[in-house]
Amino acid sequence: MTEGSKVNENIKNLSMQVNLDDFIPATAEEKEYMVQMRPSTTAFKDGIRRLRKNKVAMVSFYIIVIITLAAIFVPMFWPYKYEMMLGMQPGKPVDATFNNLKPFEYSTTEQALRDQGQSVFPHIFGTDSAGRDYFIRVVYGTRISLAVGFFASIIVLVIGLLVGSVSGYAGGKVDMVIMRIVDIIYSLPDMLMVILLASVLKMTLASKLEGTPLAKIGSNIISLFIIFALLYWVSMARLVRGQILSLREQEYVLAAQAAGAKGSWVIRKHLLPNCVSVIVISTALQIPSAIFTESYLSFLGLGVNAPMPSLGSLASDALNGLSSYPYRLVIPAIVISLIVLSLNLFGDGLRDAFDPKLNG
Amino acid sequence: MSTELKSVQPLIEVRHLKQYFNINTGFFKSTPLKAVDDISFTIREGETLGLVGESGCGKTTAGRTILHLYQPTAGEIIYRGKSIKTPKDVEEFRTKATMVFQDPYSSLDPRMTVADIIGEPLDVHHMYKSQEERRQKILELMDHVGLNSEHAARYAHEFSGGQRQRVGIARALAVDPDFIVCDEPVSALDVSIQAQVINMFDELQDQMGLTYLFIAHDLLVVRHISDRIAVMYLGRMVELADADEIYNRPLHPYTKALISAVPVPDPNVARANKRIALTGEIPSPLNAPSGCPFHTRCPYAKPMCSESMPPFKEVEKGRFVACHRTEEINS
Repeated sequence: MTEGSKVNENIKNLSMQVNLDDFIPATAEEKEYMVQMRPSTTAFKDGIRRLRKNKVAMVSFYIIVIITLAAIFVPMFWPYKYEMMLGMQPGKPVDATFNNLKPFEYSTTEQALRDQGQSVFPHIFGTDSAGRDYFIRVVYGTRISLAVGFFASIIVLVIGLLVGSVSGYAGGKVDMVIMRIVDIIYSLPDMLMVILLASVLKMTLASKLEGTPLAKIGSNIISLFIIFALLYWVSMARLVRGQILSLREQEYVLAAQAAGAKGSWVIRKHLLPNCVSVIVISTALQIPSAIFTESYLSFLGLGVNAPMPSLGSLASDALNGLSSYPYRLVIPAIVISLIVLSLNLFGDGLRDAFDPKLNG
Repeated sequence: MSTELKSVQPLIEVRHLKQYFNINTGFFKSTPLKAVDDISFTIREGETLGLVGESGCGKTTAGRTILHLYQPTAGEIIYRGKSIKTPKDVEEFRTKATMVFQDPYSSLDPRMTVADIIGEPLDVHHMYKSQEERRQKILELMDHVGLNSEHAARYAHEFSGGQRQRVGIARALAVDPDFIVCDEPVSALDVSIQAQVINMFDELQDQMGLTYLFIAHDLLVVRHISDRIAVMYLGRMVELADADEIYNRPLHPYTKALISAVPVPDPNVARANKRIALTGEIPSPLNAPSGCPFHTRCPYAKPMCSESMPPFKEVEKGRFVACHRTEEINS
């Protein structure tokens, strides 16, 4: 046996150790099994996943949902109405025992009914100085505050988006003019403008609205919306403009232009979808600030019209009897804090989840 | 007969094209940046014109201005004998001339699926009657560029660079154009992928009768794909000739230097070739030298070069050079 054939023998032996059955081609199912495609995911889905992991944000979210649902549905079945003065029944003398009840106290008439064995719905938070059930007033006030916050943010969002995207996309002189207007509005003292506008609008609107369906909403709330529309869109406009300015330099915008797309198409299809996370986040953070503004305006007496309550006006009314009934101030204050805090925390969570870049 | 007509009339004719950008140099002062300064050339139907030059010489700007993505400062673009002037002309031109971009990452919208990206030009120009027709067209285009139809619903970030560039090419083909400006379409890709994409450009040209303006700085790639090559320097065109001519017998001193810089695989040949090393930096286009823009770095420069701009003239048939001393240098 020569040296060479020995080597060959060795190679043969080596090959003997390999089990050929291991090398049959994979069947279609096996291939399917081996090639695991990651399911297609989008930035949005990723963001939702990150948001769900954030416990603080999720707890805040559930609190907001519970408060919102309560504000919408509780007044529908609650036996008392927010404007109902319980001591003033038509055809009967005024029953002053309904006024200023402590939580879970009953007036003399109610106590009489209870003594007869009838059930009377309790006044969970007592009643106010005019004999109105305080719980339903707080719930209704929450409803008003949330509605103001929500719609004001939508107004801000719409105006800010329009102005900001046009300004950012057009650039040049258009941008210059719009941004100088924004600067001017920015430089006005917020609080002063809000108070001045609120008191002026309150007078002019009250007479104009007489008899229209808007009268029911109340001139004050409408003037609140106008204030938001006039003053608070600027930061949103700036934000959107900044986003669009950086996005429009992207090559896909140029590609869309090369395909013949017009400005409005590019803004709608490319620019806004790409800054949607930033917009959603800042809108979510805008809601608490709107609620807060509404509250302090109401507290100053420039908010909603009586007898409609808002959390701010409830707190303001409570100041009169602060020493005897401190809970009347504490309750709306807690609700405001809870709403504003959860919205802020949720907004922060949104930002962390959808826009890691802004994290700071 | 029709072929004869085609050979007479160029597909695209660029006449004295200028593109200046105003750059703010002071608070109230702005200086024009001459990105493209008076270039003229023609592109014949079915050919590939390569456009080469250093970074910042205005290649990309030239390509974009030809497509009217920037409003030209002066000069005109003539497509099939018709000058493109009004917005309506431009709109019509957009269905005939499209663009493939350099960066396959930023040129695809991250929020859109591949099908929507490819279908966008169709949407913009309302080029379908039903959603079904749109879908069919998109799948056809994907097939053309070698993409799997299963990928239609995926987002661009799920693809590799080569696949993304294919998406970009499919988008450029969507409106069934005659003319495509390819703006360094392979420079962002791996070398192995470059070859695939370049070959695909070639095949598509044969299949669909496309005309390319192929912008690149990789001279070997340009030589491979181009019929003719134009060389730009500092916003001006310095030489235009057949691809092989430019490589074998460059006439302009800048082209000579450029060609001598092309790496040669054979070390013996490489050593034998004398590399012409240019001294100095490319001047700022904000402050371009007087006369011939190349005179500051030209080894053959004479006083006259800094005084007057050499005309871009035809020295041989189909061969244009902008140099005062073409004859002296090359004889």
